Formats: sequence, structure tokens, C-alpha cells
Amino acid sequence: MATVQDIEIRDSAARAAQAADELEDSVGEKMVLNMGPSHPATHGVLRIVLELDGEIVTQADPDIGYLHRGDEKIAENMTYTQFIPYTDRLDYLAPLANNVAYALAVEKLLGIEKALPPRCQYIRVMCAELARISAHLLGLGAFAMDMGAVTVFLLSFTEREKIYNLAEAISGARFTTSYTRIGGVMRDLPPTWLDQCQKFCDEFIPALNELETLLTRNRIWVDRVRNLAVISKEDAINYGLSGPNLRGSGIEWDLRKNQPYLCYPDLEFDIPTGSVGDCYDRYLVRMEEMRQSVRILLQCIKKIPGGADNKTKEPVNFADGKIFLPPKEKVMSKMEELIHQFILVTQGMNCPPGEVYFGHENPKGELGFYINSRGGGTPYRMKIRSPSFVNLSIIPKIFPGCLISDTVAILGSLDFVMGECDR
Amino acid sequence: MPPLEFAQKLKTKFGPVISEPAEFRGEITLKVGDAGRIVEICEFAKKELGFDYLVDVSSVDNYGDDPRWTIVYHLRSLKHGNELRLKTDVSEEKSELPTVTTVWKTANWHEREIYDMMGIRFSGHPDLRRILMWEGYPYFPLRKDFPLAGKPSELPGVAFTKPAPLEGGPFVTAPGGKDAIEREPRVRTSEG
Repeated sequence: MATVQDIEIRDSAARAAQAADELEDSVGEKMVLNMGPSHPATHGVLRIVLELDGEIVTQADPDIGYLHRGDEKIAENMTYTQFIPYTDRLDYLAPLANNVAYALAVEKLLGIEKALPPRCQYIRVMCAELARISAHLLGLGAFAMDMGAVTVFLLSFTEREKIYNLAEAISGARFTTSYTRIGGVMRDLPPTWLDQCQKFCDEFIPALNELETLLTRNRIWVDRVRNLAVISKEDAINYGLSGPNLRGSGIEWDLRKNQPYLCYPDLEFDIPTGSVGDCYDRYLVRMEEMRQSVRILLQCIKKIPGGADNKTKEPVNFADGKIFLPPKEKVMSKMEELIHQFILVTQGMNCPPGEVYFGHENPKGELGFYINSRGGGTPYRMKIRSPSFVNLSIIPKIFPGCLISDTVAILGSLDFVMGECDR
Repeated sequence: MPPLEFAQKLKTKFGPVISEPAEFRGEITLKVGDAGRIVEICEFAKKELGFDYLVDVSSVDNYGDDPRWTIVYHLRSLKHGNELRLKTDVSEEKSELPTVTTVWKTANWHEREIYDMMGIRFSGHPDLRRILMWEGYPYFPLRKDFPLAGKPSELPGVAFTKPAPLEGGPFVTAPGGKDAIEREPRVRTSEG
């Protein structure tokens, strides 16, 4: 016997009322979304916990530390020279610049940073500027690729490849260069290196122009990044931003100009600044910085004492056996040099007690080393002030109110490296 | 105006709380005698002297000395370009001082890092959680009595807590020794 079931057939008005009820329940209900740690736009291992209202971010909490290796602890347990390879792994997109920054910090502690031979200063400036171009190219390529412009990534990597070749020619390594030493550099430039560098500069500007035609006036690109995540001047200073992120907000502050080191006072270059402080301004600042870096490189190639093959035998290293390793042939034949070599290798250089802070204008911002020395060959405490760490701390401030898809653009425009952030 | 004049201004304002300025390699360091007053001193430095940019906050563990902790603030002015370093001591029993996040927002993460690495607390901090290590990690790894090889932690299911096989790597030296024999652990063991 069949039973009759009541089937509730509601009219459309009732259905609409129920749907509206359900919608009302879900409105105001926020969703928590976990972005990272292995998300392609986080360029490494950044995790951000996003609280969402629909598609709009209402809260963001960055969670860092996935790449923490305890570099500061390690530094306390080895001589100053032994720490140089660890600096390669801070901002691993610009190892040459990190090498220069670290060497200058220790030299400031020793009080010799102003007494470096001119040729050494020029070599270091060229290293830092090549690293800047390389890091900005990657930052730009990844930024554009996250926005869907894959061509930019391929073009920028073609140019980076040439910089790797240059790094390989001077240091023997493409990535982990460890090129500087305390008081100098590992070795002088190879004879043809300046020509190679000149060739790179000549080819790079047309390539950069081509890159610019893809993005700078591209309607899609401009619509995506303009007026997005505007950082005011006050916020940029208050949150301690540095590098292109600070200058993008319209503050003319560059350590190369404001606290000059090496031979930067002898070189002509401009500091680009943004006018609004949005993602587009940060992009434009990086583009212009690459051009200025090429300008610096070209001046260095002309001005470097000794020229390409160093026929005049300009010194490249600080000539003090108690700080810099003596030449090998002398170690093998002279007693004093042998002793210096032995002491430098086993105990390190004898640094005075005291404390110094040195900030270097790295591609990502101000990379600073605070060294607290109690004398001897090892630091008592070394704090690494990494630009990416500080630049990321503004995320909880600028993320709320933007769309999920915009977070990817903002991360790209902040241009951070987790190896340096987590140390 | 040279940085020494700023130091003198701070000193005339706050009197004996602030030590005589010490200069080393062109950098001025001032010692603040009372860690509890660091906020008003920083406030004054920012508002009246124009030190609008906090470069860095770091900490030093003076293990074996009293007071054990030193907190180091690097102040900079983007207006006139001068820099100043403030230092203040905190005892191990107290291990707490007021936060300067009310003066500079950037202090937030720096202070979280100090709490995470050294275990010094900042009263009034809006969000004092661990930042580099994971929540619930039982030690403070940058303290001098924390071994380089690490310590096993009792947390279940957390990786990377066993001592490294080479006790930190092949080039490890111990700081503070007078000569290579004291500094180099392998030398010590081979000679007994």
C-alpha cells in the first residue's frame, strides 16, 4: 500500500525568502585562509593567515621563520672570515652585495674602511651594483609572472644569466660567491672582465627598454598595480621600510648618498623616488635604479685605477698581515708572513673591543650588521638587520581592504627574500 | 648639528639617567640608567630631536655578568641624517622592560624577535608572540648558555631537535678563549 508523502512545494516568493535568510546567516561570517608557506607568490616560505570577508582581506598575520637557521648564533661561534660564506645565503639573489656589506661592517670595527685601496673600492662598488641589477631583475620577473606576464620573467632571466657569468668569472661561483675578504677581495679582476662587463652594460639597456615596453604603459599592468597598497610617507618611516620600498613612498633616502661609503662620492647617480607610494611606484623606482646602476658601472669601468689588466700593479687588498692573508709565495719563503698566515687562520684577526653598526644599501633595502666585539677573532654578538624582515612587518597594515588577488601583487611589489628575513 | 650635541640635549633634559656619550668609530652611544624610562626618552628623541627612524633593536646577553641583558636601540633621523645609539640594561630576574612600539611601529617585530631569541619580555607590547621559532618552543636559542648544537625538546612530532652530528659544523670555534686551544673544540678533545 502506497503511502502518500507530503511534498512541500513552495512558491517562488517563499523560496526567495529562505535564500535571503541563508544569505543573511553567511554574511558577516568571516573565513580564514592560509596562504603559504609554499605558495608561488610568497617567493620562498612565507605564510600569511588571511581573514576574509568574501573576497576582501580584513586581517593578515604573517608567519615567518620557516627558513630560520640561526645565523646570528653561528656567527658568535666562528671567526669573522669564516662567516663570509654565510652572508651569501642571506639575500641569496644578491650574494655579492651581502659580501660587500659584511666586509665593510667588520672593517668599520677594525677602523680601516676608509683606508681600503681605491681599486678594491671600485671592484666592490661594481659587485654591489651588478647584484642590485640581478636582484631587481628577479624581483621584477617574479612580480610580473605572478600577475600573469610570463614573458617578462623569461626576458629578465636571460639578462640575469649574463650577470651570473660575470660573477662566475670573478669568484668562481655563480651563486655562492663569497668574493670579499675582510680588508679586500678574494682576487683581482680577471684581465678580460671589464670588457665583459662593458658588453653586458651595452646589451642590458636595450633589453631593459624592451622590458619596459611590455609593462610600464601596459593597460592591464597599470590597472592591476596602480593605487594599490599605498604606503604614506609617515607609515614608511614609522614601519622602518628601507630601499626601493621607502623611496617608492617619496622619501629620498639612499645610504649610498646620505652616508657615503666606498667610492660612491666620486660617482654620479640619481636617486629615483615615487610620488604616490603604490605598487606601481615601487615598480618604477626599481626600473630606474637598474638604469642608475648601469650608469655607475660604466663610470667604474672608465675610472677604475689600474684599468682592465692592472699593469700598474694597483693594490687590491689592505696590506696588513695582521688583517689580510699575506701573498702565498711570501708565506712559503718568509718567516713573518708564515706566522701571520698561521694566526689569521687559526685565531682570526685581533679586533678591538667595541660596538659598531654598519648599514649597506642592498637591493632590498638597508642590510645592517651590528657587531658587538669584546676583542679577539670572534664577535661576541652579531645582529643582522635584514631589510626583508622589516619590510614584511608592514603587511598587517597594508593588506586589510584589498582583494585576495591583489595580495599577490603587493607581495611582488614589496620584493622580499625569506633567506634574509628568517636568517 | 653634530650628533654629540643631540646627546648633550638628551643629557640636559634627563640628567643623570643618561650617561656621558661614548664615541667609537664615529658612532655615539648613550647608556640609559633606568630601563623603565626608555619610552619617554625615545619619545623625546623622536618628537623634539627629530629621530624619526628606528633602524634596529637588538639585544646582548652578558652571560655571567649582572645585569645580564643589554637592549640596544639604533636611532636615525631622515631629516638631518644623524644617528644615535641608546643602550639600557635589564637584570635577569626582571627580564622585562616597556615597549617602544608606541613610538615607532617598526619596534613591534624587533621586540618580538628579542623575546623569541633571548626571552626578554616587553610590557605593553600589543602582540608578544614568538616570531622565528615555533609557538611552544621551550628554549631561547640566542642565550649564551644555549649550546650551538641545540637541545632536544620534548615536543612530540617536532623535527630538527636532535643535536647536529658535527656539533654545529666542522669550523666551530668557541668564543672568548685566550688561544686556539681554548677556542677550537677539536683541538681540546684531541689533546685530552
